[in-house]
Amino acid sequence: MPSKTEYSRLFNRTIEALLPLLAVPVALLIGAAMIYALGVNPLQAYGTLFQGAFGNVSGLTQSLVKATPLLLVGLGVTIAFRGGVINIGGEGQLIVGALAATAFSIGFSDLPRIILLPLTLLMAALSGAVWGGVPGILKARLGVNEILSTVMMNAIALQLSNYLLRGPMIDPAEIERGTQIAQSDLLPQAAWLSRLMPRTLLHSGAILALIMAVLVYIFLWRTTIGYRIRAVGLNPDAARYAGIPVQFYQALSLILGGAFAGLAGGVEVTGVHHRMIEGLSGGYGFSGIVAALFGKLHPLGAVPASVLFGGLLVGADRMQRVTQVPSALITVILGLVVLFVVSSEIWARRRARRRETRG
Amino acid sequence: MAELFTLPVLLGILYSGIRLATPYLYAAIGETFAQRSGVLNLGVDGIMLMGAYTGFYIAMKTGNLFWGLLGAAVAGFLMGLLMSVVSVTLQAEQGISGIGLNLFGLGLSTLLFKVTLGGVESIRGFQPIRIPLLGQIPYLGDIFFNHNLLVYGAFLLVPLANFVLNKTTFGLKVRAVGQNPQAADTLGVNVTLIRYTTVCLGGILAGIAGASLSLALINLFQENMTSGMGFIAVALVYFGGWRPWGVMGGALLFSFVNALQLWVQVKGINIPSDIAVMMPYILTIIALTFSGRRARQPQALTKPFERGEN
Repeated sequence: MPSKTEYSRLFNRTIEALLPLLAVPVALLIGAAMIYALGVNPLQAYGTLFQGAFGNVSGLTQSLVKATPLLLVGLGVTIAFRGGVINIGGEGQLIVGALAATAFSIGFSDLPRIILLPLTLLMAALSGAVWGGVPGILKARLGVNEILSTVMMNAIALQLSNYLLRGPMIDPAEIERGTQIAQSDLLPQAAWLSRLMPRTLLHSGAILALIMAVLVYIFLWRTTIGYRIRAVGLNPDAARYAGIPVQFYQALSLILGGAFAGLAGGVEVTGVHHRMIEGLSGGYGFSGIVAALFGKLHPLGAVPASVLFGGLLVGADRMQRVTQVPSALITVILGLVVLFVVSSEIWARRRARRRETRG
Repeated sequence: MAELFTLPVLLGILYSGIRLATPYLYAAIGETFAQRSGVLNLGVDGIMLMGAYTGFYIAMKTGNLFWGLLGAAVAGFLMGLLMSVVSVTLQAEQGISGIGLNLFGLGLSTLLFKVTLGGVESIRGFQPIRIPLLGQIPYLGDIFFNHNLLVYGAFLLVPLANFVLNKTTFGLKVRAVGQNPQAADTLGVNVTLIRYTTVCLGGILAGIAGASLSLALINLFQENMTSGMGFIAVALVYFGGWRPWGVMGGALLFSFVNALQLWVQVKGINIPSDIAVMMPYILTIIALTFSGRRARQPQALTKPFERGEN
């Protein structure tokens, strides 16, 4: 017979595991109250939302298409957070990755597909790594707060993209027609990710993202470098005593985080748009953070979390069209999810502390 | 380049630099209080958006700018209260809870904007008031003493904040709580109450910062109109070494570069405007590298307090 304390311990552990999961239903509930205040039936609005997100093939594939960049950004965020650094620069890293993929594939369009496509994605990841590396190195060498520097890098990337898409990288056809829409030329077809289903946008980038999730899991839990990143994140002082160069691994986690966000940008242009457009990132840099947090900062947890939030984003558009509830509601819900998830950690910490004092 | 260095242009840059510093000053001074008490509130941008929307909506419906300002302050207070509950009582990781607050503020202000206003409308905001006598001084009068009420308020806030932080019992408690909450607690200072107060005060000021955009600088509300200004404000606190005068210096430097960049565009000088817009952000990163040494950083910044720890 398990004793009473064992029962209560089990109870506590269950609560601890379930609390973060409750974040989404509770946030949706608050969202429902807002929908009700707008004079719309919440059940109808959410019904439309989930129907639009997961109810049919078209919705489901769109959700997966949106989940792909969320997962990749989320993996980058996961690595950074595990290393004890906060990467808010996903937005900028994604943009730079997309720009690099576009420029490279158009510049080397003669290359055969088997070389061009991997190199294009590699360039995207590399440039994202550079964009994350600047805050990383500033943090390691000069102690610059990485939260602030990654935010500034976002703003710089956005302006860089605006400049390139209106100037050097603009589609020549836009100048000819005089329409001047800020977008690049089409990528050579050899650099397009293949479509997985006819008449849908679902592309092989989704599979790539899944593979990456597994690789990140292996990297973080089965390799020395990954172990050290986590050690630095758990307790930098203890890691330093153990002889781990803490600054190096903090910078490395930001660089790797940037690489994944950059790859997300590369996948977006090669898989979905086939050109660089204005507003390509669409807030993935921030929603990716939500996906990572809701996935409990575990690469495999990020997979269902990305699909869920990808679905919410897709369904929100349909909800807005059908019930006139603005899709901005989803941003409110994402914000609440973050607040709930970070607030719920107090129970886990309290329990850990009790265990410590008990010895 | 020569056409930038004429007297009217230089005067114009100084004038708009001071004007543009307004929202940063309110937000960053408020954030200074929060950070000096040990709470990093990264949600400033979301609070500013809520303030900008609430202020604009109320001012438009009542036709009274001051009601709008009050509404913005209340909205900011409520957002500050939410941040306090999450960061102080529930001890959430502050870098992340700020992102949540930002998304929440961005989403809610956009939602309310779409539902209640639908489209961009403008109002007649706070008008410049020329101060008697001082406003008559040649050049200086135009630059310093011909602004709207919120600009004057922002600059008066700096010495006031400096006084409160350094010369009052409340300020002493704030600093003690930010340096060593355990010791402050032992001496009978209510750490939680002080942190709630500073974060809510920061919220109120961030709300007013938002209103200074929608009621005085731009005179309209649109989706995500702050576009990251709140983050700049947080950066300015680091840059200013957690002191009100330093924060003001940073805000002015940032805004002068911004004003310069705007005039470069107006004058049609051959720098792509998008590149020019980057300048203030690049400057902020450079400024952060120089203030990266953490000598003055409140020791307990971002560390939640729990009695009996250590």
